[in-house]
Amino acid sequence: MSDRMITPNFTPLPRVQIPASARHDEQFAVKILITHPMETGLRKDSFGEVIPRRIINTFICRYGGEVVFSVDMHEAVSANPFIEFFLRATDSGTLEFEWHEDGGAIMRLQHQLTVT
Amino acid sequence: MKRWTRRQIGSLAAGAGLAVAAPRIARARSRARVVVLGGGVGGIVTARALATFGAASGAKLDVTLVEPKRRYTTCFFSNLYLAGLRSIETISFGYKNLSARDGINISPDAALSVDADGRKVGLRNGAVLSYDRLVVAPGIAFRPGAIEGYDEAAEQIMPHAWNAGLQTLLLRRQLESMPDGGLFAIAVPPNPYRCPPAPYERASLVAYYFKQFKPRAKILILDGKDSYFEQDLFEDAWRRHYPGMIEWLPAQFTGGVKAVDVKGKALITPGQSYKADVVNVIPPQMAGLLAQRAGLAQEQGWCPVDPATFESSIHPGIHVLGDAADAGAMPKSAFAANTQAKACAAAIVAVLTGVKAPVPHLSGNCYTMLAAADAVASTSVFKATEAGIALSDIAVSKLGESAETRRGTMQAANTWYAAFTGKLFG
Repeated sequence: MSDRMITPNFTPLPRVQIPASARHDEQFAVKILITHPMETGLRKDSFGEVIPRRIINTFICRYGGEVVFSVDMHEAVSANPFIEFFLRATDSGTLEFEWHEDGGAIMRLQHQLTVT
Repeated sequence: MKRWTRRQIGSLAAGAGLAVAAPRIARARSRARVVVLGGGVGGIVTARALATFGAASGAKLDVTLVEPKRRYTTCFFSNLYLAGLRSIETISFGYKNLSARDGINISPDAALSVDADGRKVGLRNGAVLSYDRLVVAPGIAFRPGAIEGYDEAAEQIMPHAWNAGLQTLLLRRQLESMPDGGLFAIAVPPNPYRCPPAPYERASLVAYYFKQFKPRAKILILDGKDSYFEQDLFEDAWRRHYPGMIEWLPAQFTGGVKAVDVKGKALITPGQSYKADVVNVIPPQMAGLLAQRAGLAQEQGWCPVDPATFESSIHPGIHVLGDAADAGAMPKSAFAANTQAKACAAAIVAVLTGVKAPVPHLSGNCYTMLAAADAVASTSVFKATEAGIALSDIAVSKLGESAETRRGTMQAANTWYAAFTGKLFG
């Protein structure tokens, strides 16, 4: 008798890497990564049943409350989406990062940036 | 994998008999001396194959294996020891049957120098071994200074456990004394390095141990690469067996581990320092020190060789195989070293008996354990081309296989290990 491989509900793990401080007007790199399988909804399990789609569909970065960078993602985006982008340091403040998953779950991280 | 049959070896011997030009050994002395440096898988298989092929072809060979260690602990399957699934005794072996069964001279000493022009090897005890053909299989060494602060003293605090033995025991002790809720961090080097899937197998099997005894513990992998072999199989297994326990960070995110803080137990990347309770540093690698000292390695650290005979492209008359060789598409693994060793031994016997070297059969066979009853396998076939060794075919376990299939692969792995180590040391 063959038994099925069960995948329990996983918890996506978001990470951000940015400098703690930047000079005024300086461009700085923001690296974001989320451990996530980006299940496409196109695969079948060993019993021939479709594995439901579960991907991160949107990423949003806010700086001082304002959206400064966002991405829409689709099935073709690989597992563990990694994105690097650049921002210009204007004022000290909060950077907020949001990953939106199929089904409505939202993962959030925050970082304080000191502008000198 | 194709093996040498008695008939093939017989035809090689017959070819030797028909050779018009007198082979060099017939002119020089009755027995050709082949010295093998390094008693890992590559060295052992070469020595035993030389004894077997030599006897079958009628070439009288005097084979000496130089290895300072009395016992060999296999790197392959040592992650099972870390998981608590095997004792260290079941993965450790002695060399006595090599001399008892195959008549190989064992020199329990370290080789310090190679005189390629004079065809001599200097040993630590002062003895000098002359050879007609030399085989160098020293395995790996760690690139000095590649990770700032990671020196021999640091190895005792943050073990690499990438040469099996005391280091493996040390890492296990550290994992045992780690508190539940602690963090185990692994630094993984860029390619190429010994056994590509092994860092991730280690994470899987340590997670297997944690799940039973320290269920709140976490594992963080800081990689020097952005992707790795069988990644989808590992990540699927981690979600199934150890949800939320293992996190993998690619080089593009962290910039890679550049330094260690031994006192602070931290791995340092360009952007951030990662502190952990137990730290396993797998450093960037190069060919073993003896190969470096003998001038067999190139700037990148590995030894260029002929893809069919494994004769050094730098020093003719010296063969380099196993992890130390630049074997193109072949991974640095025990199984790969074993097929290279057979090809190399056949080529040496061919040269010493004055016949054409046979076409080598190079292959890879890799089992990777994800949990106690969940393993995956890959089988690959390589061919020697003018541009080096190329991959010609590969088959890998698939996502979505049944638990029964994975249990079967685990059983196959254990059977393979018994047969393989039986051939090496039995």
